[in-house]
Order: sequence, then structure tokens, then C-alpha cells
Amino acid sequence: MANEVCFRNMDQDRPWLLEQYRSRGGYEVLARILTEKTPPESIINEVKLSGLRGRGGAGFPTGLKWSFISRNAPGQKYVVCNSDEGEPGTFKDRDVLRYNPHQLIEGMVIAGYAIGATCGYNYIRGEFWEPYERFEAALEEARAAGFLGRDLFGSGFDFELHSHLGAGAYICGEETALLESIEGKKGQPRYKPPFPAHYGLYGRPTIINNTESLASIPVILEKGGEWFKQLGVENSGGTKLFSISGNIKNPGVFEIPLGTPFSELLEMAGGMKNGSKIKAVIPGGSSAPIIPGEQMMKLTMDYDAIAKAGSMLGSGAVIVLDDSNCMVKVLERMSYFYYEESCGQCTPCREGTGWLYRVVHRIETGRGRPEDLALLDDMTTKIAGRTICALGDAAAMPVQGMLRHFRDEFKYHIAHKRCLVG
Amino acid sequence: MSDDQMVTIEVDGRELQAKAGALLIEVTDAAGITIPRFCYHKKLSVAANCRMCLVEIAKVPKPMPACATPVNQGMQVFTRSPLALAAQKGTMEFLLINHPLDCPICDQGGECELQDIALGYGRDASRFVEGKRVVPERDIGPLIATDFTRCIHCTRCVRFGAEIAGIRELGATGRGEHMEIGTYIGKSVDSELSGNVIDICPVGSLTSKPFLYSARAWELVQRKGIAPHDSAGSNLNLHVRRNQVMRVHPRDNEGVNECWISDRDRFSYEGLYSADRLTRPLIRKSDKWVEADWQDALDAAAQGLKRARGTSGNRLGALLSPGATLEELYLAQKLMRGLGSENIDFRIRQGDFRGTEPALPWLGQSIAELDELNAALLIGSNIRKEQPILAHRLRKAVLDGAQISFINPLEFDINYPATQLVNSPAGMISDLAAVARALGGSGGLIDGADVNDTHRAVADQLQSAAKATVLLGNLAVAHPDYALLQGLANVIAEKSGALLGYLPEAANSIGARLCGALPGAGGSNALEMLSNPHKGYLLLGVEPGLDFWNPARAMETLGQAEYVVALSAFRSYSLEQVADVILPIAGFAETSGTYVNAQGDWQSFGGAVAPAGDSRPAWKVLRVLGNLLDVSGFDQVSSEEILAEVRQMAGGRRPENSGVNGIDIDPLLDGTGLTRIGDIPIYALDPLVRRAASLQKTRDAIGAGARINRREAEIAGLADGDKVVVKQDKCSAELRVVIDPAVPDGCVRVPAGLAGTETLGGQIGNVTLEKA
Repeated sequence: MANEVCFRNMDQDRPWLLEQYRSRGGYEVLARILTEKTPPESIINEVKLSGLRGRGGAGFPTGLKWSFISRNAPGQKYVVCNSDEGEPGTFKDRDVLRYNPHQLIEGMVIAGYAIGATCGYNYIRGEFWEPYERFEAALEEARAAGFLGRDLFGSGFDFELHSHLGAGAYICGEETALLESIEGKKGQPRYKPPFPAHYGLYGRPTIINNTESLASIPVILEKGGEWFKQLGVENSGGTKLFSISGNIKNPGVFEIPLGTPFSELLEMAGGMKNGSKIKAVIPGGSSAPIIPGEQMMKLTMDYDAIAKAGSMLGSGAVIVLDDSNCMVKVLERMSYFYYEESCGQCTPCREGTGWLYRVVHRIETGRGRPEDLALLDDMTTKIAGRTICALGDAAAMPVQGMLRHFRDEFKYHIAHKRCLVG
Repeated sequence: MSDDQMVTIEVDGRELQAKAGALLIEVTDAAGITIPRFCYHKKLSVAANCRMCLVEIAKVPKPMPACATPVNQGMQVFTRSPLALAAQKGTMEFLLINHPLDCPICDQGGECELQDIALGYGRDASRFVEGKRVVPERDIGPLIATDFTRCIHCTRCVRFGAEIAGIRELGATGRGEHMEIGTYIGKSVDSELSGNVIDICPVGSLTSKPFLYSARAWELVQRKGIAPHDSAGSNLNLHVRRNQVMRVHPRDNEGVNECWISDRDRFSYEGLYSADRLTRPLIRKSDKWVEADWQDALDAAAQGLKRARGTSGNRLGALLSPGATLEELYLAQKLMRGLGSENIDFRIRQGDFRGTEPALPWLGQSIAELDELNAALLIGSNIRKEQPILAHRLRKAVLDGAQISFINPLEFDINYPATQLVNSPAGMISDLAAVARALGGSGGLIDGADVNDTHRAVADQLQSAAKATVLLGNLAVAHPDYALLQGLANVIAEKSGALLGYLPEAANSIGARLCGALPGAGGSNALEMLSNPHKGYLLLGVEPGLDFWNPARAMETLGQAEYVVALSAFRSYSLEQVADVILPIAGFAETSGTYVNAQGDWQSFGGAVAPAGDSRPAWKVLRVLGNLLDVSGFDQVSSEEILAEVRQMAGGRRPENSGVNGIDIDPLLDGTGLTRIGDIPIYALDPLVRRAASLQKTRDAIGAGARINRREAEIAGLADGDKVVVKQDKCSAELRVVIDPAVPDGCVRVPAGLAGTETLGGQIGNVTLEKA
């Protein structure tokens, strides 16, 4: 049941070429929709039925997001694809761009038709130079073949799509910061409401979805929402791309149905490297609280199961840690990331992420104080939920998760000024 | 839901009525409920980034920022619940960890929002044991001192630039903790409204550079004042210590300056303490100036005027500054009339007195109404630099969709989208006639005007707008065919249904008219007084080489007079060339008085400090002169008493812009040869601002020069930096050439009011250039 949606072409030679995409029926869904003039409502309903949830990390139902746009509102509307894949541990959208760019393009044109937008942007992470070039080449092919541009399939519907390369800021993966960045401004999240559906790119109604979400659309509409939903489990329809990395044999991206046991995913990735013992797993990118290995081995990979375990499925970035890892060191690295990537707008995040990092760094370097753990506990409650965007929460949650499950390691570090491990 | 639907909310158990959709912080502010905040400012967009105003709202799990949360029916708010206080205190702790807490050496100390709020929400000891952030020093110009180590990143200054000043000069670079406020690499902050960032900065990051380290906030006494330069009449708070004005702040007045003031109004006080402040009377004795006591100086002045007058008052003339107070101007004209002279005028920079002026020219509308305009045509005005506060009002209208056009002899840096018709001074008349013709006007020059698409577009803008105005500015007044400009403007206004308005040059231009500082029957106006020499002159608050339309002629005529009495707050090179006695008078903030602003408000103020040295308020000097010259009615013991007389004289007179006539006048400018455009730069307007040291260091304080575009330079064989002799009438000045693309063909911009231009003629007129 693997590789049904975004990776369904992975068996092909050079699958990113238009020719290859067409050989499996690529752009036929779009052609059908445009020539039959499928009512946009029925497209949105099909997406709703599929149970597709935003694959960028928040898991918000895609069909519902689309329905917030008033299709008949006058003026320009936009479709924006968020390929600013920056969450540490996540590298799945990169592969969509590299291996299946046309499915993403087709998905975006369909999304444009569904909400009445004639223009789209694909915001690609600054470091993704190769995927950017490949996506650009795909855009060229699609334009030349008449799948982008004016009067597509003689339907009178126009759609133009541009890619936009970011400049390396994690925060630009936050959807409103991404919009600011496209507009040429400093990438800082906007206060919401208003949400992009009402006030988006250049102040116009905008839908903004993750790469994997948009690339799933053609398949959903080809095979039906019900089919897609049945691939997964209750509340978690479809398959999902998981980027699995860490102390495992074969790190990589795997498309598996939601609800697949974690143990199966680990097996697909070749199991633990050198047969080492699993210590913990970060199940959804570095912002997701860590889960001890034993507990993780009993979980299935879907939104509800991971949430119940006190973490989140996020973007499907699974980082597996074996018992050679010092949790203080791991947290220090993660905290440094958020300290570097906070946009600086909101006080608690701007000041708090630096403080968190410095305290963890002190503990790691043997200068921890007994009161530091209580300070960290307290600080995270004053950052989480107190900021404009979720970066504050993202910085606080790993700290909270670590201190919940591995507090003793931190205490040991403070008391003995050295690692419990190794 | 209609906009004005009212809802009931509950804040800390108190029921409040509010407009649906109003921001919670506006509602609580109006009710006197204090919610701490840093980034919120009532005149700026909502940023919601400081997170200090977090409050608890029933049924909402997270604390919400009051500055960004609209109220709705039945909303229950807790501003001091455990959740709200924990959030507020949490934010305060974060704000303080990297703040240097250098309050004892910070100018903001004692009036710092961070300090004040920290007292209520901070801890007595910090849990932060790491090193603090330090930001390197940054020089952003002569007016604003910076210390970004203290910055709390509220971005008020950034939003001020984008939203109020209309130029994005300050911005935030860097991410997270490394975020810093600064200018674009190496740039200074040059907006004419820049000083307002000092007020809105909640901490000591942006403070006044001239005031730096000179006093503590708690040593200052606050006195009310009115700005003495442009005609907005901005309301001020003067901060005084030991009889000295230490700094100037805006005083809120929604109908006038809102909460802003121009840099000119904020920093010109420095001029009061300049080296050439006059504190003792001066008498000319065999071509040398000697200090005298008041008795001798007043006697000399009275005797001199008496001698010059001889048997006819008509031999005397008075040239008065429109920046003088109502009381001073009133007594000056009363003195002249008492001596039998009707030669009185304050219109010292007016280039043309033909045609019929309106009864009492004014803005034609209230200042606040400028916000609501849909279209405006400005004629001969660099409004941003002439009237910064009124310019801000127009900009607000533009942001709301208004269309603004300019007909000017120079291209100006307008901080919003606008149509600029830039033409030579003679060409301005053709442009106006063309717009008038496009509107269906006729008569005089209008009939033969060439109408192009731009003229039609300007005409359409005015005609189709629900609220439109046509405004005449300083460069129109200085135009040798001002009467014609005025007449054409009147036709345009009438035909388009727009209001005709004037942008009075100075703080008291309207007051001067109200109190009779104008020539009476048979009297000479300012130009005539200088063309036809009189025996004696009374000068009030002017420098002849810098404040008159034609300084060369003013110097020559005054120099030939038998006796010239000058009342001045400053020593002045050009005054000392022509005067016989100089009586030191109180300057800005040193005297009580009244100004009448562009919308006709009479704004009285008290003296904030005593006059410097032996100087005296001008009204007292004039009263004594009246006594010494045996003129009756000079017994007032207070400025209020004089004001009462003025009120009686003015009666219920309201400003009035009707009655303009003048389209049949023949233009004096024929548009041939090279025309000089002598605008007055923003910081050259009057004797006080010319002496304000810090303002004189800004980029707007340009020096004298001959500015021409590259084409004209090539024709004349001149290059940037060349020395050139500018010849006008029979006079000349040697100046440096500056290549300036803003100057149209056939013109040379030689700003007036600057040292080096005293020897030139009228502000606008024909000149020739010769390479020196």
C-alpha cells in the first residue's frame, strides 16, 4: 500500500519529466475538470471527503481551508504553495519537488480553479537549489505544453505559476511570514485574524498549502476522496510522506498509509543502526515533544495516536535517537536552532529563545545550577501561547518534552557536570 | 453589523459600552482602565508584538493582546487575573533580561515607559545570569541620539516612518535577539517630522540629541506654548529649567497637530541661545555699534523716528514679521497710525500686490477637514517643508484615496503618489490657465490656453471629487504674478466646485491681517515701501537681507533712510548694515501673546521663561515708544489687555476667501531667458530657526547655491561645483553650481533666506549666469 499518492511514480526512470508524468495520465484530471467545467464546490467537497489534512505540520483539513475563500469575491486571489521545508528532520517536500513536480503543478492549477485564482506562487526553501531548478524546468515544460498560461484547454480559465526562492529563514515557513517574504518584506508572521483566506498575499484572498498537500490533489480527484480516505485511518485519511532520520540504517522518505505502526516504519528504514537500542523518537519534526522509545514502539503513525502520546505528527519528520545520545546535548542543539530562527518580533520568543538556549548550553557545558530546571519549566510556560505565531510554542515544546521524559539526565548533568551517557 | 453598533462588555467586573469592533485597548483606555503596553500607539497600526497588553478573556484559553482584540457583545475581560498578570509579568521579565538597566545615565530615565511599567510588573531581582546584548552605536543624524542597546523592539519608530512620516527611514534588520533598528546603510533620518520618534520611543533608544545629558526629566517644568513658524499653530509643551527652554514637545490637539510636531517646531528653541542673541540695546554711533541702556536707546529711537517723520507721518514705514504676536503687530500698527502713517505691512515675501486679495485669506477649511479631502490642487507649494503638519493631513487624505496635484516651479519630493506639473514660473501661469480652461473657465489668459491631457486630468480630479480644494503656497505668494495665480486659482476653484484656500506662510499671517498690520488708505505695501524710499522705518523681527522678497532692494532702501528702528531678538549682519538703533526683544517662549493659525484659531500663550538678558517683550517696547512719541492709547499693562483691544477691533471677523479678482492682469514674467526660483528652505524661514544649530546640520539645511539641471548647465558651460556669478537686476552674487534634476528647463533655483543671497533681487525673477 506504499507509494500510492505523491510517490506513485517513484518506479519510473527520471519521473520528473513531463513525458513520464503524462505516460501515467498526468494532467488528465485537470483536463477533465476544465473541459467538463466541474463545479468548484464539488472539487472542494471531494477534497473535504478525502480527509486530507495539511501536510506541513499543523494538520488543518485542506478542504475546509479552501472553503473559507469566497470564490465570488471580486479581484485577484492567489494559490501559494509552501515549499519552505525548514523544520529540522523534514525533507519530504524536497523529494516531491525533485521527483514529482508536475503533480504539484497540476494540484496547484486545480486549486486555483477551485477557488477562482489565476495566479500561484511556489515558495521554495532557499537551500533547495537543485529542487528549485528542477521545478523551474517543470514549469517551463508545463507552459510549453499549455498546462499553464492563458485559456487552459480552451476553457477560458487562465493560470500562471511562479516559483520564489527563499533566503534561508526558517520563519518563512510560517504561512503569513512566507506571504510577507514574497511581497519583498522582512519575513515576519502577521497577527491573525485576518487569516490569509481573507487577507493574504498582497492583501488578497489566498490559500496557502504545503507541497505534499497540493501534490496529493490530482490523485484524490482521480481516484476519489473516499479512496484516499480509506488509505488511512479514522481522522487521518490517506498516505503520508515520512522523513525518517537519526540512528537508523536507511534514512529516507517513505510514503505509507497513516495509521501504520511506527515499528513498521522503522523496519522499512532498516531498523536501528548497528543494532543499537532505541532511546527516544521525535515523531514530527524538532518542534514536536520527544517520546521515549519504548512508548513509541507501541504507537501508530497518525494524528490522533501521536497527539494522545503528548506529541504531534507534525510534518512527519521522524528523528530516531539511540542510547548513545545525551539528551542535554540534543536539546542544546535544538534550542540553538530556535534561538537562531526566532524572527524577533514578539518579546517572549525573541528574548526567551536566547535565554532557553543559554541555560541549556550552561547545563551542557557543566555550568548548570540546581534552580535551572525550574527556571526552564517556568520560562517555557511564558513563551508558549504568548506569541503571534507558533515558533514560540515550537521552541518551548522540545524543552518541555525533554524535561518531562529525561529530567534525570539533566539533573545528573547539573550535579556531576558531565554526561550520563558515554 | 453597522459600524456604530454599540456592545456591552465587562472588564474586571465593570460594564462598559463600546462600539462593536473597537479594539479592547481603546475601550479600556477611554474608561481609564490601565493595561500596560509598549508597541501599541493610538496613531499607528497595530503590531501586537510586545505582548505586554495580554489579558484574559473568558472562554479563550490563551491570554490575548488587548491592542489587537476587537470587542464583541458580552465579552468578559480580566486585566489583572492570575492568567493576565502572569502573562504581563512574564513579558516584562523577558523585556528586561537584555535591557541594560542603565537608567541613571539614560535621558529617558524618569519618563520612561519601560521604567514605569517595570515598577508595576517587574521583579526586584533578575533570574537572568547570562551576558546581555549590546548594540554598537549608530549615528542617524544631528537631531536624534540613539542607543539601540536599550531598544525593546516595539517597532513604533519603524511604523511611524512608514505610516506618518511617509518615508521608511528606520527599519528592523536581523532576526530574533539580533534584530536591530537602524537606517539603510550609512543613511541618516531626514524626515521633517523625524523628532516625533523621540516621543513615541517608549525607552531611551531614541532621544533628543540637542537635549542629550543636559537635564533630568524631573528637573523640568512644563509650560504651554504655540509653535512660532508655520501656520498650523502646533500646540507645544515647553520644558523649562532655571529660566531656560530645555526642549520642546508636542501637546495633543486633535484639531491641529494631533500628537505630532515638525522638527522645526521641536528644535528651533536652540536659536534662542545662539551666540548672536541680542540682550542689550544697541545704538549706532559714527558707524560703530555700541551697547546702550534702555533709556538712551528708547530715547534715541523715539527721537530718530520723530526727526524722520518731520511734518508728515507718510514719511515713515513699518515692515513687520508675520511671526510676531498679535499683540506686537497690533501695537506696531497702532504706533504708526498714531504717527500718521498708513505705510504698514507684514507681507514682506509677497512678490505681487496687483489684483484684489480676499477679505481675510485663510486655509478655507479646518485643518482636520484636510484629512477628508478627495482631491486637492496645490499651487506653488512645497507643503511638506512649508507646513509639515498640514502636509501630514494631506497625506492622510491620499492614503484614504485622495488625488493630489501640484503646479510648481520645482519638482518636490512628495511622500505619496501625486501628479506634479513642473514648469517655469511663467509656465505655471499657462498650466493654471489650461486647467481653468479645461474646467470651462474663460477670460484673460484662459481663452488662449493650450490644454493637454494632464490639465484635463487635474481638472477632472477636482471636479469629480466630493471634497476638493485649491491651495496657494509660499512659492505662489512670492511669484511676480501672484495676482494672476490667485485669480486663476479662484476660477479653477469656482468652476470645479473646490474650496479656495491659502497656506499662510507664518505663524501669525492671519493674525497680522486681523490686527491691522496692513497699509491703510493711501498707504504703501511692503514692496512699495522699499521701492519708494521713506525717511524712517520701523522693523519688527526681521532681517532685511534674508526676510524680504527683494533683499538687495531692501538693503539699499533701508540703508538710505534717515532713521531705522529695529526690534530684534538677535544681532544680525544685514540689520546692522541698515539700522540706527536695535532694541532687544523677547524671543519665542519668552513673551505672552497670541497667534492665529491657518484655520483661524486664536491661540494665546504665556511666557514660559523670562526674556534673555535685558531684552524685553516687544509689546512693552512698543508701548514705551508710543508713550515717548506722545501717541495716545499706549497704557496697556498686560498683553491680555492688548488682546482685548484686538478682539474689539476684529469684532466677529471671520476668515473669508471670497472676492478674489485678477485674471485680466498682464503677466510680468514673459518666460524668456533664465528665471530664478528663490524658495525659502525649511530651516531658513525666520531669524529663530536660522540660528537653531542642530537643525542647521540637517540635510534639509542647504546652503546658498545655484541649482540647475544638467541640460541648462551644459548650455551655460557649467559643471557641478563651478563658481558662478548670478546676476539679477543690477545686483549679483557669486555661488556654487549644483546640478539638480528637480529644476525645470529655463530656471535656476537660488534659494533665498540664506547667507550669500542677500545681494540678490526678488525671489522669483530673471537672472543671468556667468562663469566666475
